[in-house]
Amino acid sequence: MSPQYPYTAPALVVDNLRKTYSNGVEALKGISLTVQPGDFFALLGPNGAGKSTLIGILSSLVNSTSGDAQVFGVSVNKDRSAAMRLIGLVPQEINFNQFEKPFDICVNEAGFYGIPRKEAAQRAEKYLKELRLWDKAQMQARTLSGGMKRRLMIARAMMNEPKLLILDEPTAGVDIEIRRSMWQFVSAINAAGTTVILTTHYLEEAESLCRNIAIIDHGTIIENTSMKRLLATLDVETFVLDVTSVPAELPALPGVTLRERDEHTLEAEMARSHDLNSLFAALSANGIMVTSMRNKTNRLEELFVRLVEGGRNGQTGTHEERAA
Amino acid sequence: MSNTTANLVALNTLVRREIVRIVRIWTQTLIPPAITMTLYFVIFGKLIGSRIGAIEGGFSYMQYIVPGLVMMSVINNCYANISSSFFGAKFSRAVEEMLVSPMPNWVILLGYVTGAVARGMVVGVLVLLIALFFTSLHVVHPLITFLSVLLGATIFSLAGFVNAVYAKKFDDIALVPTFILTPLTYLGGVFYSVNMLGEPWQVISRANPILYMVNAFRYGVLGISDVHVGMAFVVMIGFVIGLSIVALQLLKRGVGLRS
Repeated sequence: MSPQYPYTAPALVVDNLRKTYSNGVEALKGISLTVQPGDFFALLGPNGAGKSTLIGILSSLVNSTSGDAQVFGVSVNKDRSAAMRLIGLVPQEINFNQFEKPFDICVNEAGFYGIPRKEAAQRAEKYLKELRLWDKAQMQARTLSGGMKRRLMIARAMMNEPKLLILDEPTAGVDIEIRRSMWQFVSAINAAGTTVILTTHYLEEAESLCRNIAIIDHGTIIENTSMKRLLATLDVETFVLDVTSVPAELPALPGVTLRERDEHTLEAEMARSHDLNSLFAALSANGIMVTSMRNKTNRLEELFVRLVEGGRNGQTGTHEERAA
Repeated sequence: MSNTTANLVALNTLVRREIVRIVRIWTQTLIPPAITMTLYFVIFGKLIGSRIGAIEGGFSYMQYIVPGLVMMSVINNCYANISSSFFGAKFSRAVEEMLVSPMPNWVILLGYVTGAVARGMVVGVLVLLIALFFTSLHVVHPLITFLSVLLGATIFSLAGFVNAVYAKKFDDIALVPTFILTPLTYLGGVFYSVNMLGEPWQVISRANPILYMVNAFRYGVLGISDVHVGMAFVVMIGFVIGLSIVALQLLKRGVGLRS
C-alpha cells in the first residue's frame, strides 16, 4: 500500500541558500535541492562540508544569509512557526536537560508544539515503548546509556508527529544492535509516509536505507541524484578473496588485477561488467581455491571518496554535468 | 488547533517545567533565602535594631527593614532563577528544544519570567512569614503591596533573562549580581531612609531603580516612602516595558542563541 501524503508540495525545497558566519566562513555557497514527499534522502559530506549548517537553517537554529527553504511549501524564513510544526529534528549532539526524566522530556517537547498534556502523555508512552525506553521513562536522563539517549532524541522528535524527520548523524557512537533497531523504527516511520533526511558517516546505512542522495562539500552540492543511478556509475569493484593458499607467482588473468594481501588473502580488481564465473574458473585453473569473498569497500564509500577528492581537485559539478 | 490555543499550551508547559525545576531543587531555590533573611532579621533587626529605636514614621527598625528585605529576596531570587535556568538550558543546549519548536519568542520570554516571578513570590511569602516571628506587620495598601512586588519581580526576571542571553559562561551570570545588583540593593534604601543621606547622595540614590521598588513596597506595607509612589510605579512600568523590548529583540535576532 503506498503511503498517503497530506501535502502536494515537495517535502523540502532549498533555493540558493547561502550562509556566511560572522567570522567570514562561507559554510553554504548558494545550494539548491529538492526532496520529494515520502523520500528517504541521504545528505552526505565530509566534516565541515556544510551539512549541519543546512540542517541548522532548516530547523531555524541558524539564520541564513540569503536564499530560502520551504518545507511542504511553507517558507522557513517567512512563516517559521508553521514550518517548524512540520519538522522533527534529531540533532547530532545530545541537547536535552539530563536531569529531567525521558517521559517529561517528551511530554514537554509536545507541549512546546501546542499538543495538550493528555495527548502528549499518550504519544510519549507510544514512542518511548516503540524505541524500547519505556522502562527508563521515569529515570533521570543522565543515567541512560549513549544509545538510549540517541533513541530518546528520536522519540522526542516524533512527539509532534512530523511530516519531515531530519536525522543528523543519529547513530554516531551507537552499537550495531541498537543501530539496527533505530533503522527499523525510522524505516517504518518512512514507510508510513514521513519524509526522512539523514546525514551519517556510516555510508552502508545510507546505501541500504536511502533512495536519493545529495553530497555536499565545501558548501556546494557536488552530487544530487538517486542512489541507484549513483551506484551505477561505479565501474570498478575490488573483491577480497580468502583462499587456501596464495601461489608464489600470481597468474595473469585477462581483465582482472590480482594483488596478494597476505598468504591466505588476495584482492581482485575488475570492471563491474566482468563476470565472476570466469574469475572463479581462471582461479581454479591456476590451483587457487576460494573459500570466501567480500567487497573490499562499501560501494557508496568508494564513490563518496572519489567525488569528494574529485571536487577538491577542481572537478566539482553534478554527476549529470560531468557525464555530459 | 488555533495558534492561540497552541501558544497557551506551550506557555503552560514552560511555566510548569520551570516550577517543577524550582521544587525539584528546593534546597537550592527556597531554603537559602529563608536562612539568609532569618540572619538579617536576627542581627540587623533584633540585635542592632533594638538599639536604634524608632527610625521613621514611628516604626521600629525591624518593622522598617522588613519590606526592604522581602523585596531584596524577591528580586535576588527572580534574577538568580531565570539567569541560571535559561543559561543552564543554553549551556546544555536544551534551549534548542524551544528554538526549533513553533513557540513564538514572547511565549519563551513570558514562560521563563512567570517561572522566575513564581519563585520570587514564594520566597517573598516565606520571608514575610519568618518576619512575623520577629515583629508585627499590618499591610496598609494590599494592592500597592502586591503590584509593587509583582513589578519588581518582573523587572529583575527580565534583567536576569537578558543577562543569561548574553552570558557565555557561568561566571557571566554571577558578575551582574555581585557587582551591580548587590551594591544597588544595599544602596537602595533597604536598611535606611535616603532622607538620612546628605547631598549629593540623596540625588544620586534617586537614580537607583531599586530605591523605587523598595519604597513602593514599603509604602504598601507601612504607608511610608522616600519617593512619590506614583513616580515609583512609572519608573517600574518603564523598566518592564524597556527590558521586555530588549529581551524580545535579543530573541528575535537570536543573539547568543542562533548562529
